[in-house]
Amino acid sequence: MAAVTDLRPRPDAGAHFAELRLTGVGRSFGGVAALRPLDLTIRGGEFVALLGPSGCGKSTALNCLAGLLPLSSGSIELDGRRIDGLPPEKRGFGMVFQNYALFPHLTARANIAFGLKMRKVPKTELERRVSLALQMTRLTEHAHKHPGQLSGGQQQRVAIARAVVIEPPLVLMDEPLSNLDAALRLEMRTEIRRIHQELKLTTVYVTHDQEEALSLADRLVVLRDGKVSQIGTPAELYERPASAYVAGFMGYRNILRLPLGDLAAETPEQDPAPAVAAIRPEDLDIVGSTETAPADSLTLDGVVLVVEYHGREYLAQVEVADGRRLYVRTSQRPAPGERVTLAAPRSRVLLFPDESGAS
Amino acid sequence: MTAASQDAPAPVPGPSSQRPSQTDIAEQQYSTHVSLRHRLAERGIDRTLLLAVPGVVAIIALFCYPFLYGLQLSFQPKTGGVFGAYKAFFDDPYARGSIGKTFDLAIPASLINVGASVPISYRMRREFRGKRILLALLVVPITLGTVLTAEGLLEYLGPVGWFNKTLQLLHLTSGPVQLVNNYWGVLFSLVITGFPFAFLLTHAYLSGIHPSLEAAAATLGAGSWQRMRHITLPLLLPGLLTTFCLTFVLAFAVFPSAQLVGDPAGQTHVISIEAVHDALEEFNYPLGSAVAMIMTALMLAVIGIAMGLRSRLYKGSTGGKG
Repeated sequence: MAAVTDLRPRPDAGAHFAELRLTGVGRSFGGVAALRPLDLTIRGGEFVALLGPSGCGKSTALNCLAGLLPLSSGSIELDGRRIDGLPPEKRGFGMVFQNYALFPHLTARANIAFGLKMRKVPKTELERRVSLALQMTRLTEHAHKHPGQLSGGQQQRVAIARAVVIEPPLVLMDEPLSNLDAALRLEMRTEIRRIHQELKLTTVYVTHDQEEALSLADRLVVLRDGKVSQIGTPAELYERPASAYVAGFMGYRNILRLPLGDLAAETPEQDPAPAVAAIRPEDLDIVGSTETAPADSLTLDGVVLVVEYHGREYLAQVEVADGRRLYVRTSQRPAPGERVTLAAPRSRVLLFPDESGAS
Repeated sequence: MTAASQDAPAPVPGPSSQRPSQTDIAEQQYSTHVSLRHRLAERGIDRTLLLAVPGVVAIIALFCYPFLYGLQLSFQPKTGGVFGAYKAFFDDPYARGSIGKTFDLAIPASLINVGASVPISYRMRREFRGKRILLALLVVPITLGTVLTAEGLLEYLGPVGWFNKTLQLLHLTSGPVQLVNNYWGVLFSLVITGFPFAFLLTHAYLSGIHPSLEAAAATLGAGSWQRMRHITLPLLLPGLLTTFCLTFVLAFAVFPSAQLVGDPAGQTHVISIEAVHDALEEFNYPLGSAVAMIMTALMLAVIGIAMGLRSRLYKGSTGGKG
């Protein structure tokens, strides 16, 4: 086992520990639970994403891990050693903040060097590691600038370099891309993935963007109202979401509450009491009529409301019989106002028991 | 929900295809008319400038004119030529000594005010029960006049005041401790009246430093003292220098408390007392004006030094609301 306190650079940069175990970690603010007891075991070198809408407790969980918030209950153990009582400066976890939190009075280089300086790393060693970090984040020519003189993407890279240069056992990222514009967000996403592959630092990443979570993480934790909805690999969650809520996050944009006419009647064998059906827009298709629909598919009649051009295809919003609006991805351009029949292969429709509030 | 969300830019036909000549000319006249106003507005010249007029008039009438009047008066003494009044002041050891006495009061008072503000405002950044009441208590002395404060000090710290009575009751002292009608009385008074200003300013500067900066420093391994030394203090220092200047100016111009709780003929014969004495008791207006000018020059010198120091520090954004 690599000692957690060993902060010297090692030739085989990678995981500093075997497992980080969260047991019943909970946090409440004035009696209101922000995070219900969370059990999670993070393996060394893993990239875990906490996914959920704002207010689901994901940032609370991250701050608890960092030591910035004391726990209301539970324990955090790093290879069997309890760390939940330690202040943030003793945990030595690197953190990337949503607003970057760069020190405005220090240059990019001094910002990155800060953590090493606090660890009293010898000067030549410090210079070498900071220069490497600058190189890795492609900031070498901006090293002398203050944060105010850097663009959003550059500030973001300084924040990441500052957190990883100390080679922390765990890197925590709190919605690091949410302040960037769309193009930069995609670029930085790849950058974060690349840095993780290069350094193999265990990372916990908080986001509300399922695309970000799916593309970056080895494992996803979907949170809702401070409670875990599902934990699994991106593929598991994408293909077999455990609930309508998770399905909604995984691109099942059409969540239909049943009974939906024939659907419930025709699928008695799938679930004793199915109440919610989830369908991806790309699994729905516009067909000529119910008769011409492929065999074994669910069909719905409706009127096209809105059509968006998405390059390779169109996204149409279709109002079906009882006023529900469904999204359909289609290659032909439907005309608004047109009466259409939608069909989805029955195997691509997920059925879930109804949870109140799931939509 | 998936990746393909880039919109294809639709080709827009250029607007320069056709244009009737008649409206073209009219448009041009209109546009030059507008652009003059716009150009002036770009340089900050527009009607909102009128809002500054009352203030400027008041400053000229109530500050510039009296100041310049006093300045020329100080060069017209009855004897001794142009610099006679200045020479008279510096030749008289008692008058000259008032400079030192004023600095002896103003510098410690400002340092105490700024120094005490920092830890209190640092704690006040966090929410806690009773914060508003504490804030009110700290700021209330602003509403008390100097005279009221002086009265209170005389009653409380005087030879037969509560403070001395308590000390004697506890047998800590044999006789009354002299805390008023001397240097200490004036220093107390300056701290009581100057602290709320220093505190309010420091509090505002400190709340302008985003708390995530300290959180970031903590995750990078900085303990509380290192966070203070490397992050908070460097970001706060420019604000502290400004605060120092303000409380210094207030303290340097001390007059009523030096008169009431001090020893105006001895220990606390400060420069403002000297000026008032010359002008209103000796009726030597040129000398009084000269003393006032010396006082102004000294204040400006101290402010200049503080601002010089400040200009060498980082002064940009502190990542927060202020």
